[in-house]
Amino acid sequence: MNKFSWYNAKSVEEALQEVNATVSEALSPKSPEAPAVFKSGGVDLLDLMKEGLVKPHKIININQIEGLDKITYDKKDGLRMGANATLAQIEAHPQIKETYLALHQAVAHAGTPQLRTMASLGGNLAQRTRCWYFRSIHHECLRKGSGTCFARDGENEYHAIMKNGACASVHASSVATALLAFDARVEIQNSKGKKNEVNLADFFVAPGDDSSRENILEADELITAVMVPPTSSKMRSYYMKQGARESYDWALADVAVVAEMSGTTCKKASVALGAAAPVPLLSKPAAQALEGKILDEATASSTAEAAMKGATPLAKNGYKVPLFKSIIKRTILAIA
Amino acid sequence: MDTKKIKLPHGIPGHNLGQIEREVPADEPPAWPVNDELKHVGKRVKRTDAEAKVTGAAKFTSDIQLPGMLYGRMLRSDYPHAKIRSIDMSAAEKHPGVYAVHIFKNVVGMAQPADDDAAGEYPDIKFAGQPIAGVAALTTEIAEEALDLIKVDYEYLPFVVDLEEAQKPEAPLVFTTNVEQDDAGGGGGGDTGLKTVGNVRGPSTSSFYGGPRGDLEKGFEEADTILEQTYRTQVQTHCSLETHGVVVDWKPDNVTIYASTQNTKNVRDEFAEVFDLPKSQVRVIQEYMGGGFGAKHSLGNFGVMAGYLAKKSGRPIKLMLDRREEHISSGNRPNSIHYLKIGARKDGKLTAIQQRSYGTAGVGLGAGVGRIAQIMYESPNFSTEQYDVFTHAGPGAAWRAPGNVQGCYGLEQAMDELAEKLNLDPIALRDVTDTSEIRKVERHRGAETFKWSRRKLPASDPGLIKKGLGMAQSHWPRIVHIDSTAEVRAFRDGAVEIRSAVQDIGTGTKTVLSQVVAEELGLKPEDITVRIGDTLFPDGPPSGGSIVTGSITPPARNAAYKLKLQLFDQVASKLETDASKLAVDDGQIMSTEDPSKKIAFKEALKEMRTGQISATASRSDDYGGFMVGNAIAYGGLGSVQFAEVSVDTETGFVKVEKIVAVHSCGRPINITQIENQINGGVIQGLGYALYEDRVMDNETGHQMNSNFDQYKMPLSLEIPDIEILIVEDYSGRSSTDAYGIGEPANIATAAAVANAVYNAIGTRIFEIPITPEKVLRALNKV
Ligand SMILES: Cc1cc2nc3c(=O)[nH]c(=O)nc-3n(C[C@H](O)[C@H](O)[C@H](O)COP(=O)(O)OP(=O)(O)OC[C@H]3O[C@@H](n4cnc5c(N)ncnc54)[C@H](O)[C@@H]3O)c2cc1C
Repeated sequence: MNKFSWYNAKSVEEALQEVNATVSEALSPKSPEAPAVFKSGGVDLLDLMKEGLVKPHKIININQIEGLDKITYDKKDGLRMGANATLAQIEAHPQIKETYLALHQAVAHAGTPQLRTMASLGGNLAQRTRCWYFRSIHHECLRKGSGTCFARDGENEYHAIMKNGACASVHASSVATALLAFDARVEIQNSKGKKNEVNLADFFVAPGDDSSRENILEADELITAVMVPPTSSKMRSYYMKQGARESYDWALADVAVVAEMSGTTCKKASVALGAAAPVPLLSKPAAQALEGKILDEATASSTAEAAMKGATPLAKNGYKVPLFKSIIKRTILAIA
Repeated sequence: MDTKKIKLPHGIPGHNLGQIEREVPADEPPAWPVNDELKHVGKRVKRTDAEAKVTGAAKFTSDIQLPGMLYGRMLRSDYPHAKIRSIDMSAAEKHPGVYAVHIFKNVVGMAQPADDDAAGEYPDIKFAGQPIAGVAALTTEIAEEALDLIKVDYEYLPFVVDLEEAQKPEAPLVFTTNVEQDDAGGGGGGDTGLKTVGNVRGPSTSSFYGGPRGDLEKGFEEADTILEQTYRTQVQTHCSLETHGVVVDWKPDNVTIYASTQNTKNVRDEFAEVFDLPKSQVRVIQEYMGGGFGAKHSLGNFGVMAGYLAKKSGRPIKLMLDRREEHISSGNRPNSIHYLKIGARKDGKLTAIQQRSYGTAGVGLGAGVGRIAQIMYESPNFSTEQYDVFTHAGPGAAWRAPGNVQGCYGLEQAMDELAEKLNLDPIALRDVTDTSEIRKVERHRGAETFKWSRRKLPASDPGLIKKGLGMAQSHWPRIVHIDSTAEVRAFRDGAVEIRSAVQDIGTGTKTVLSQVVAEELGLKPEDITVRIGDTLFPDGPPSGGSIVTGSITPPARNAAYKLKLQLFDQVASKLETDASKLAVDDGQIMSTEDPSKKIAFKEALKEMRTGQISATASRSDDYGGFMVGNAIAYGGLGSVQFAEVSVDTETGFVKVEKIVAVHSCGRPINITQIENQINGGVIQGLGYALYEDRVMDNETGHQMNSNFDQYKMPLSLEIPDIEILIVEDYSGRSSTDAYGIGEPANIATAAAVANAVYNAIGTRIFEIPITPEKVLRALNKV
């Protein structure tokens, strides 16, 4: 690992004065000479540094900014989670478990207890893909500035089965899967002090649009919070994840379903898929297949089929299609 | 030689326990009775170093800090096949904080051309990760900065990393001449003098169990049923918690090497040879070790590099590999394509076994599938052809029961298939074909504990998640290392010590030695100080092949026995009795004729004429002369394992619910430690069966999962209930009659799991690891 200097930011404003690159920029050919980047829990940043993929000159520790880890919940306004809230904090929050079950489940199944204690929500959304070609210093892949996606014709057993035409990586965050199903919004502040809100769905950037990044963040922008709209008593949610192992592992497939029910009939639904595509994905066909239907075995199966209709698996990840179908079905039946 | 006749326990308690009379050297101690009648041997004695390990007081090689010590790092090739035109070290050498640089002139741990002809200035690069040069600097970080400054001019060459691609005629060649390797992986196939055609070397057709036997053709003619099948296993990498590494402290008259090694003696010998030093001037110390599974027998390129850097800089050098280096360069279990053809009569008797295997140990040798098909079942007709295939990938190395683990995966599935074809229960088939008494007992005791009788027809479990039961068994030779010596010393202050260069790789050798010496001297294990893992002491056996306990406990007992006789001589007159009438018990020395004539052991030591007394003993051939070659005693260590799995037929996930592991290791010495080994062996077996797989990228020749995140090992939630049965098996072959357990524990698991998966889903999966991908494919769902 390279030498770097350390800066403890005391406020969002201070952090935004010090920063000059996103981590994605710092590991690209466009990197400034002496990159200065944010670090919250450091789980992802440190991994990238240990692999020699990014060599920041300065690390701006945003972990100690007061108040940035606050979680507030209000029945009317919904949930607001500061960017520095750790996954452990979110997991332990009783109202989140009660009101946003799928989010609780997603967080509780991410990594391990140790990782969740360090991992921040902001860092989780801004972390880079775990594609092993991207993570390898020996592979100058599409996302690092070359024209080649090694995974498409290479070792792609853990890779994308949808929207994988340009780059077959999958987004690493499984927390985003649940947040997406809940229609979460991201609050971003820039160096001029301006605050912006974007839908989480618009926060992520597909490789076809810009392969050098996975989200819209610019160098002088900091996530300050993630907001989740209030729920009604008719809303139900559930989340499922299947990793290669039961803990300490990434999703091979994960699914969050949020449904507004009227009796046993689903009025409105959103179905989010993680580890399916380079970005966390809201499946419109799946939502349509649910809406207006009684949640039963047949609906669950047809929804799973609808969700996977557009799948374009690669040579080694065809199994992810039946895997997704299975857990989509099970997630829906868990709600019913 | 003077001899005497003694009667030793023989057989399996609860089954056929009896006695055997053997003629043994006159100075051997009397026979021990069975474990039930002993005080410390065969009991659950706590590890002598448990506290030190838990509190962190134990210092491993990676903890060693010496005054003035520098850190070494190595530059490795980023390309799998190349010639090196030039190397420019000048910038690295000038980098502030760098004290020494060195370029490899040759690389060890891989196959070498039989005739060393066209060797260029630098060794040719044959795999991505091959070491090229090294630097020593004040910190690891400075050393790594310096590595970035080394300029290597490569001439890139085409390469192949896939086992099947490498066998094609047009495949790029790894070696252009015949090759040999001294320290081959040990799986079989690595015999000397074999020819290489293309990338394929062999076949090896014989082993220490002999060559082909009988007449295959006739055997298959006599068969009522013939099974023909091909099984595939993957490359498994070494994942010891502590990586390979050394600290080399080169003083003018003595080199001290702290090494994370399973073979102190060998590291000393190799270092002395490379640097042309007398062996007596090289001292290797391994006080504690963070695991080793077969790849840590040698000095290694890292040890050679550390030696050069220490010599050049005049400072101690620490060189530990990082996790990536560990995966790509430090040895692995070769993969295999294992073809078996087995003929059987209706009653289950085997008429012929034909075996052919291809495997790649990358740039190394030893990818055979072991000897298990040759030895485990009775078959009058047998032949084997085992081929090594070279690829541009990191070398194989011994890996816990080398070859046998691959071989067992195929053989034991074949037996399961055969049983079904013959309409026999898998246990019944083995009762007919397997002559081993110990395995028979293990099968039946295990079946009862496991409740084997609840096993149903394949795929008969209703529902999406299907349960399945399976079993498999294994064989491992009783290997004895004759060059194993222990010294026992007693001191006037009451201390008793045992000393040997043998190392404890974590299995608990220190504790076992304290138990054996305590038993012989009538003391408690905690009264014995164990000083091992240091070549200043007499040579011990390597920790590999499960040979340590069988090799070092008899000399340990015999040395203690000799020392006891010396002490008896010293106290006899004081106790007014004859030395031959003295015995020890409970910390006392007393007359067997008059128990009032006694003295505490420690008191006796206080009154010694000299400050210390000492006795040394070495391992000799087994009682009964079972020695074959210089290290083999025939007759196997048997084990049988049972697995219960559930298979999710929608997601393809396999969950192992329960393992019953039934094992023997002669006279068990420490029950808790044996269980530790079996737990570890089973867990590694599960990793092999379901998760672990070195993923190579064919386009770039790199391993894609050279870290603990992407190289999947089972973690706590993957580990099932493991129930262990240990069967005592006395054979009266040495003064302790003890054998090892580490390797046998690992052999049968993957086959047992695979057979259980078949029983669950009714479709067999012929290749491990059994991933969801393979399950869903087998179920026609992909
Ligand atoms: C073995 C393992 C398993 C894992 N399994 C899962 C899993 O199952 N599901 C899952 O979702 N995750 C998983 N993770 C990922 C883990 O949750 C993330 O790495 C972690 O959440 C990152 O948070 P951090 O605070 O440590 O981020 P950091 O490493 O500090 O930062 C990550 C990135 O975000 C940027 N950043 C941080 N905070 C902000 C901010 N407020 N505004 C703008 N940019 C910011 C940093 O500059 C950096 O680029 C796993 C990780 C490991 C190592």
